[in-house]
This record gives sequence, structure tokens and C-alpha cells, in this order.
Amino acid sequence: MATIDTTRPSSEPLAWLHQQSRWSVFEIVFWLLALVPFFFFPTYLMLANQVAIAALFAISVDLVLGYAGIVTLGHAMFFGIGAYTAGILSARWGWGEPLSGLLLAGAFAGLVGYVTSFLIVRVQHLALIMVTLGLGLLTYELANAMSWLTGGTDGLLGVDSWDIFGYFRFDLWGYTAYSYSLAILFLCFLASRRIVNSSFGLALRGVRENLNRMPAIGSDHRKHLRKIYTISASIAGLAGALLTQTTNTVTLEVLSFERSADVVVMLILGGTGRLYGAILGAVIFLLARDQLAGINPQYWYFGIGLLLMFVVLVMPKGILGGLSWLVGRRD
Amino acid sequence: MSGKTALALALGLGLAWSAGASAQETVKVGVVLPYSGPFADAANQLDAGIKLYMQQHGDEVAGKKIEIVRKDTGGPNADQARRMAQELVVRDQVDILAGFALTPEALGAAQVATEAQKLMVVMNAATSSVTEQSDYIVRTSVTIPQLNYAFGQWAFQEAGIKQAYTLVSDYGPGHDAEASFSKGFTEAGGEILGSDRTPVANPDFSAYVQRVKDADPEAVYIFVPGGAQPAAIGKALVDRGLAPPETKIFAQGELTHPEALESMGETALGIITTFHYTLERDDPLNKEYVEGYTAANNGREPDLFSIGGYDGMHLIYEALKKTDGDTSGDALIEAAKGMSWESPRGPMSIDPETRDVVQTVYIREVQEVDGKLQNVIIHEIPDVKDPLHGASN
Repeated sequence: MATIDTTRPSSEPLAWLHQQSRWSVFEIVFWLLALVPFFFFPTYLMLANQVAIAALFAISVDLVLGYAGIVTLGHAMFFGIGAYTAGILSARWGWGEPLSGLLLAGAFAGLVGYVTSFLIVRVQHLALIMVTLGLGLLTYELANAMSWLTGGTDGLLGVDSWDIFGYFRFDLWGYTAYSYSLAILFLCFLASRRIVNSSFGLALRGVRENLNRMPAIGSDHRKHLRKIYTISASIAGLAGALLTQTTNTVTLEVLSFERSADVVVMLILGGTGRLYGAILGAVIFLLARDQLAGINPQYWYFGIGLLLMFVVLVMPKGILGGLSWLVGRRD
Repeated sequence: MSGKTALALALGLGLAWSAGASAQETVKVGVVLPYSGPFADAANQLDAGIKLYMQQHGDEVAGKKIEIVRKDTGGPNADQARRMAQELVVRDQVDILAGFALTPEALGAAQVATEAQKLMVVMNAATSSVTEQSDYIVRTSVTIPQLNYAFGQWAFQEAGIKQAYTLVSDYGPGHDAEASFSKGFTEAGGEILGSDRTPVANPDFSAYVQRVKDADPEAVYIFVPGGAQPAAIGKALVDRGLAPPETKIFAQGELTHPEALESMGETALGIITTFHYTLERDDPLNKEYVEGYTAANNGREPDLFSIGGYDGMHLIYEALKKTDGDTSGDALIEAAKGMSWESPRGPMSIDPETRDVVQTVYIREVQEVDGKLQNVIIHEIPDVKDPLHGASN
């Protein structure tokens, strides 16, 4: 692996971007490892499915939080909108075809993301956290109040996902569920990777580093932020829809503050501003949760808290940030 | 690098797991409950009920050892409950699914019970429709309509109340309570003067109580979630002068739960509630149960969750005895249908058609007994079924 020195501006910006988007052997190994559960841990496939969905959600948050610097504590809003869109399509209108339901859910969450993005780009810092938090809470209460549509606190009854392509049934072990979620995760990852390694991605990082300088160099930062917020909302919606379709359930919890907060914890664990950090964070959070809860179902959060404090104190840039520092790469 | 770490982690954890699992001639019961999060206390009470039953009756039934595997859902998360149920079936290879304190948990796991053909014992979740979600579900707790429909009828027929007002929390169980009380009450001939719904989180009751007072009903029916709200609403009622005997106050049993009574104090006197379990009920079986429970739990008294878990285990033990250790879902559910027994809560049975619980509904009034406030049973309605199951057929 050649060490890439990003501190020195490359003479050719496009060449630098191309260099960034080249696939490394680590990445290929990483994705091959994602297939391991099929062969060695078939009883963990439902967990793997949940990890894949959480990773997709974490990627969506990383795009806005890690790359564009929009600190959000309400992203479960889009996850939930996606989940309920897919669920309501199936439970209320009897349309359980997974792929079209998934796309509709992503599109609808993106639409809501686009509308709210006008509000988001107007505020920064603490106000931004409050606005995202407030929007998240409003959506939760709205879903609770509209119990004729959402099923309220009892959850949405009667979600029934049809077989994928009319052939692959969602089985009890989770072979279909994990394959489906992993495929969508991979596709969204490719898209996100393309985005962050483009000039648009660079502009986003510019906004994150110094908001005031971006207009000064002629960059329309609000347009950029609206764009990435919409894309992120849409990906979060896809993640929510995946959860609905692979578990046939939707409850208000998909919109809860805990979900918004957990995903930020995953990002901090893995390392913000890195797509693999988002995925790794989701893997570690959910594996640790699963194992800790297996040991003690009551106090597993204690272990997560310790892990989080350790990571934040020892590796402030997250586990992936710490690892790449160890091997002497910085990016 | 990161990938390798993940693999090493996964491998290590996987091996650690598989070393632990391997057993013969055991019956594994997978218990799915919200052990962490806002409902952790309910889960612990239910779990204590399970433990007490096993402590009293041993962990061997029909020659097989009972083993409990616990899984946490963290709250009303249907997806989490479903995954836990799936993992219990495929990874831990449990024979019976049990627990389910919250309705979304039960609804999430129902499809798994059907697909894996496992007996699923719902030990609390109180929404009517739960038992309709799978043919393998049996419930040993209570349903909200069961308590409140009978209560509404009693209010008109026995208590002689002609018109009432309802004030419930604005969420699923509150809506169910409002609908079933009103149904029982109006079908018997009563009149509902008005209905209001309060927010679930941190409500200020004074405005609502004032509205009730302005309507001047003979009685007000209240449903709020447990925790801090019973004391808050008790105070609001007293502040506005809305108290027995001028205005009767009706509620479901959570409102005058022993711990709630402590915080409500004198304001609770005269409140009439409907419930399936009364801590102070004078009965040898109940006394033994309460003594055993408090001894095992540092003086903590059992509540509705504990009794659901206790009777749930009773059902599992008796069903296994009947099938002589056969753990197939079909055999166990057949054994459970129509089963009847004496529980610390009183006589109860399982409806062979709906697989739902049939039991005595107690009407209690808060009175001062030996200087201590407690729920005194003033009326018993035997063999009450959930009225909604009949309605949907």
C-alpha cells in the first residue's frame, strides 16, 4: 500500500480524486468478510441483517454528520418514515413487493428530507441540534397521534413482505433477509463512496471545516448541504424500509430518539467522516450489544458505555481513526 | 485491518458461544422481555415471578430439566423482539417462547411462533388482538377490555351510576380502556357525558380535571400509565374538589397500585378500580405466594407483571406434564387449551377457542385498613372473557 500524503495539494486535483477512489485490498477483504456469516455463522444471520441495516443507516448519518458537519440527533425521523412507508404500503394497501416498496420508501424519505433541508441549512451548532431533535420528536408524536394509519403504540399489524422476485422467501434463519440487506447496503455504499470522492464531496468537507470561507471562494454551500441532506434522508429511508421488510414489523421505536442517538454512538465508535467507520461502528455496537446482553440482559448498556468512553479517550477519531493512525496512514 | 479485527472478534465470540450450548433432555424456554430501558422494572418483576415458580416447583418436569434463556428487547421494539425470537429458535433451539411484557413484542414474535411451530406464552401484553396473531399463542395475564367492559357494566348495574365522564391517556392502551369501559357502561344503559385524552408524557392534568368538573358527572373513569402519573392526577382531582363520595372515581388497577398509593396518600381514598390481581386478597394461596415473593426479592411486593410470569410458568409446567414431556408446539397448545387452575390471583382458565385467559375480575375500593391504605375487594365478577374476541367472530 502506497502511503498517500494528503497534506500536500496535488498538482492535479482530478488525479488526486481518482487516487482516492481507487479500491484498496483492505476494502475487498472487508466486503468478502461480510459474506462470512453465510458459511460460518448461519445462526447469526438475523443479527447480521440488523448490522447491515444499522450500517446503512450509519452511512446515511455519516454523509451529513461526518462529511458535511450537520450534527443531527433526529435522523431516525427518515429511518422511521422509510419504515412506515414500506409498512403502510403492505399493511394498508396490500402491496408487499419488496423492491418497489423499498424504492418508494427511499423516495418518500428523500422528499421529506428535501423539504426539511431548507430549515436545516439556516441554522448551525446548538440550534441545529435542537432543530433536528425537534423534527425527530415531532415526527414521533405525529406517528403516535395518527394511530389509524400507523397502529400507534401497538405497532403496525399485518405487514407481509412478498418473496423477492417472487422466488426468494424471507426464511426463519435469515438467509434471504441478510442477502437482501447486504446487497442494498453495498449498492448504497458504492453510491456514497462515489459521492464523497467527488468534487461535491470535497465541497462538503469544506463546509464542515469552515462554513464562512466556502461562500468566499464562490461555493454555494446551502445548495450543497440541501443536496447531501436529501440524499442522506433517502438512504436512511431505505434502511428503515429494509428493517420493515425483513422483520415484517414496524413500531414507533423506529422513530425514537434512542435510534437517533444510537446511530451517533455507532459513528463515534467507528470514526466519523469515514464510510468504513460507519459500518465498523455498527458492527461493533451491535455485536457488543448482542454479546453483552447475552451475558446480562439487564445491564448491557454499562458495557457499551465503557467501550464508548475508552474509544473516545484513547482513540478520539474512532476505532478506524485509531487503527489508521497506528498503521501510519492519515486521510 | 478493521475487517480482520471484526473477523477475529466474530470468531472468538462465536466459539465462546458454541462451547456453552449443548444439552440433552432439557426443555429450553426462551424468555423475551424488555430487561433494559424504560420498562426494565416491569421485566424484572415478571422475571421474578418466573423465578419464584421455578424455585417453588423445582426445575424438573416430566423427567426433563427446565432451562431459561433470557433475551432483552430494550422496550416496545417489535423488530428486536422478532429477531430475539428467531435467534432463540435457530441458535438456542428453545422449545417454548415466553415473556412478552409489551404488545409490540408479542406482535413481533407471533410470526416466528407460527413458522417455527413453538408454543408462545404471553405473560403480560394486554392488547386483545395479541392471541389472534398466531395459533400457538396463549396468554396468562389479562386484557384491557376484559377488565373494563365488565367494570362498565358493573358501574351501571351494581353501583347505580347513570352518567360518567372518561379521561384516558392518549395511546393504544388508553384508547382500548376508554372504548371498552364506555361500551360496557352504555350497553348496560349508562350515558357518557364526555371523553378527554391526556398526553402520554408529562401531562398537566388540571385543565382536563376542570373540564370534567364543569360537566359535573356522577363518576369519572380514568386511565393513566403507572409511574409518576397516578400521584399527579390524584393531586389534580383533589385540587379541583373532584373526589368521592360526591364524584365517584373509577380506574384500572395500576392507578392504585401499592407504590402509587404511597405517593398519592389520603387523596386515593374511595377510588374504585378494576383488576385481576389484588395483593391483599385474603386467600391462603395468595398469602403463600406474596410471602415467598417478598422473601425472594428483598421485600419487594409482587404486582401484575409478577403474577403473569408466575402463572405463565404454571401453564408451561402443567402443559409439559400433560404431554409427558413432548415439546412440540401442537401438542403443547392442545394441552394448554381449556386448562384451568387455582392461581394466587384466584380461579383462572384458558379459553379453548381463543387461547386467552378467563378469570375473575375484582372491583376494589381504596380504604384505610389498620392505618394503611389498601385496595379492598368490594365485588367479584367470575369467569370473565375478553369481550372483543367474541365480537370479532
